Amino acid sequence: MIADHLPALQVAIPLLAAGICAMLRRSVPAWALATATSLVAAAISAWLLARAASGGPISYRLGSWEPPWGIEYRVDEANALLLLLVAGIGAVVMPYARRSVAREIAEESHPWFYASYLLCLTGLLGMSITADAFNVFVFMEVASLSSYVLIALGRDRKALFAAYQYLILGTVGATFFIIGVGFLYVVTGTLNMVDLAARLATVEDVRPVVVGIAFLSVGLGLKLALFPLHYWLPNAYAYAPTVGTAFLAATATKVAIYLLLRFFFTVLGPSFPFAASPIPAIWIALSVAAIILASIAAIHQAGIKRMLAYSSVAQIGYITLGIGIGSEAGLTGAIVHLFNHAVMKGALFLLVGGAILRGGDMNIDALGGLARRMPATFAGIVIAGLSLIGVPGTVGFVGKWLLASAAIEQGQLWLAFAIVGASALAVVYVWRIVEAACFRPPSTEEFAEMPISMLMPAWILTALCIYFGLDTSLTVEVAGRAAALLIGGAAT
Amino acid sequence: MMHREVIPRVVAKLLIPFLLLYALYVQFHGELGPGGGFQAGVIVAAAVILYALIFGLADVKRIVPLRLVEILVPLGVVLYAGVGFAGLAAGGNFLDYFVLDPDPVHGQERGIFWVEVGVLVTVSSTMTAIYYAFAGRGR
Repeated sequence: MIADHLPALQVAIPLLAAGICAMLRRSVPAWALATATSLVAAAISAWLLARAASGGPISYRLGSWEPPWGIEYRVDEANALLLLLVAGIGAVVMPYARRSVAREIAEESHPWFYASYLLCLTGLLGMSITADAFNVFVFMEVASLSSYVLIALGRDRKALFAAYQYLILGTVGATFFIIGVGFLYVVTGTLNMVDLAARLATVEDVRPVVVGIAFLSVGLGLKLALFPLHYWLPNAYAYAPTVGTAFLAATATKVAIYLLLRFFFTVLGPSFPFAASPIPAIWIALSVAAIILASIAAIHQAGIKRMLAYSSVAQIGYITLGIGIGSEAGLTGAIVHLFNHAVMKGALFLLVGGAILRGGDMNIDALGGLARRMPATFAGIVIAGLSLIGVPGTVGFVGKWLLASAAIEQGQLWLAFAIVGASALAVVYVWRIVEAACFRPPSTEEFAEMPISMLMPAWILTALCIYFGLDTSLTVEVAGRAAALLIGGAAT
Repeated sequence: MMHREVIPRVVAKLLIPFLLLYALYVQFHGELGPGGGFQAGVIVAAAVILYALIFGLADVKRIVPLRLVEILVPLGVVLYAGVGFAGLAAGGNFLDYFVLDPDPVHGQERGIFWVEVGVLVTVSSTMTAIYYAFAGRGR
């Protein structure tokens, strides 16, 4: 019986826990509640994915109101994979959080931090699970407002500025998104995604829809940090507390990418084919620019978190490139790379966060002596770094391979060259970390390995970088079916 | 602070009970006319802020301590989510109000009533917390 309600509980449990967490007012109970909630949410998402894979889409009626009038939660393989990713990253990051947050954030703010994290988790899971376009906006605001708090709690005063920058651009993005949804609502009179897809086919005056698509593209482009709209991202990731950076970098932009896929292919796809629109050409041009320019920018950063942030912009470029290619193979590559990038960037931010905590400095030059004093951390950074480059045997390779073969399949050989060429740029910036860690003289006094409670979560993600690089049955197969589902439309 | 200004003090003391009463009217009349938890919450916060403006931050914090405000902010959310779970416990879906009473129409009223109470609690305390944060700066 309880199993029937799991789609609602996936979102409702973190929401309730966020409220209770804020009332606890003590650090350790708040952390324990946040950790337990994350584990429960991850278990629910794994169960939902298993059921969606075996029994097809699950529909849940919130408040027992029939769709399309009421809000419907709809779980299929595309968003179930995303739910597992978001909740899974949360469950891995939270055990790491206790020691890290204790070092980085003032004691009295701890419960607020964990409450904000849980609200952010609620929002991201809600954005993924709901099939109601307006409900997406509500959860987008929940996730965004709480992520501004997560960023602003960073110990550097510049964190406030970074959060404010993100607040302005994030609000513009969310507003554009809701204006786009508004245009679709004007012509169809419905907000349910399945219903929207059906009704858009009968629309006669297409101009409002075209305007709506433009607003949706720019709004979501801001949220997912597509190349010229990525301005908020480097500061936000650089100054947020480590746990916030690792969680947001692995999940927040990914959920925006999923929404883009959902709107372009499931909602608009049947009546306004993506490939026939001018969007793919723009999308591919911006993605290639992101891959190359952001990689070059990453090479020139002095701060290690900023460098990884620019690398994220480049990696998001790979994902949007797959969307721009637009074929089923391209989407499969995009979804796989989305999942894989979350795993490796999560691992890197956790490992680097530990190194900064010990070294006390955000600059790459300050990593001197890391290889000898924190060997486990350093080994993790090397593995996740190789994965970022795309060395065979790691997750990064799987995603790039799928994307390059999708590009070749479409006869766009130059895209495959861009993908491989930009990997060479990744070699340069990953090498900068390795060089500093191995050959620079230690800059600070004695520091030792991270405590085991922080090393374990970081290494779980690092191990997954290799595991999903060798065993692709979960990622590639589910992503392939998810891509087919998205392209096939909402007819199911 | 206007400790020696008689007129604002007397007027404020006269106004505040009516402000709170009006907030309750807006709250409970919300299902029938314009109004609801958000508007009522703002009016409650206005009463607290008026008191603070006339009698000072220290006095108002004796009546509405910051600790209480910080507990009320999440309490409203918990109440709201709690209504959702009550629907589950009564055998319906999440946020299902139909099952909250044998008569489904009355069940809807009951669900909305408690949701609006949650909104009142969170909105009024959030407004108060924002005022405290601004008024307390630089001290």
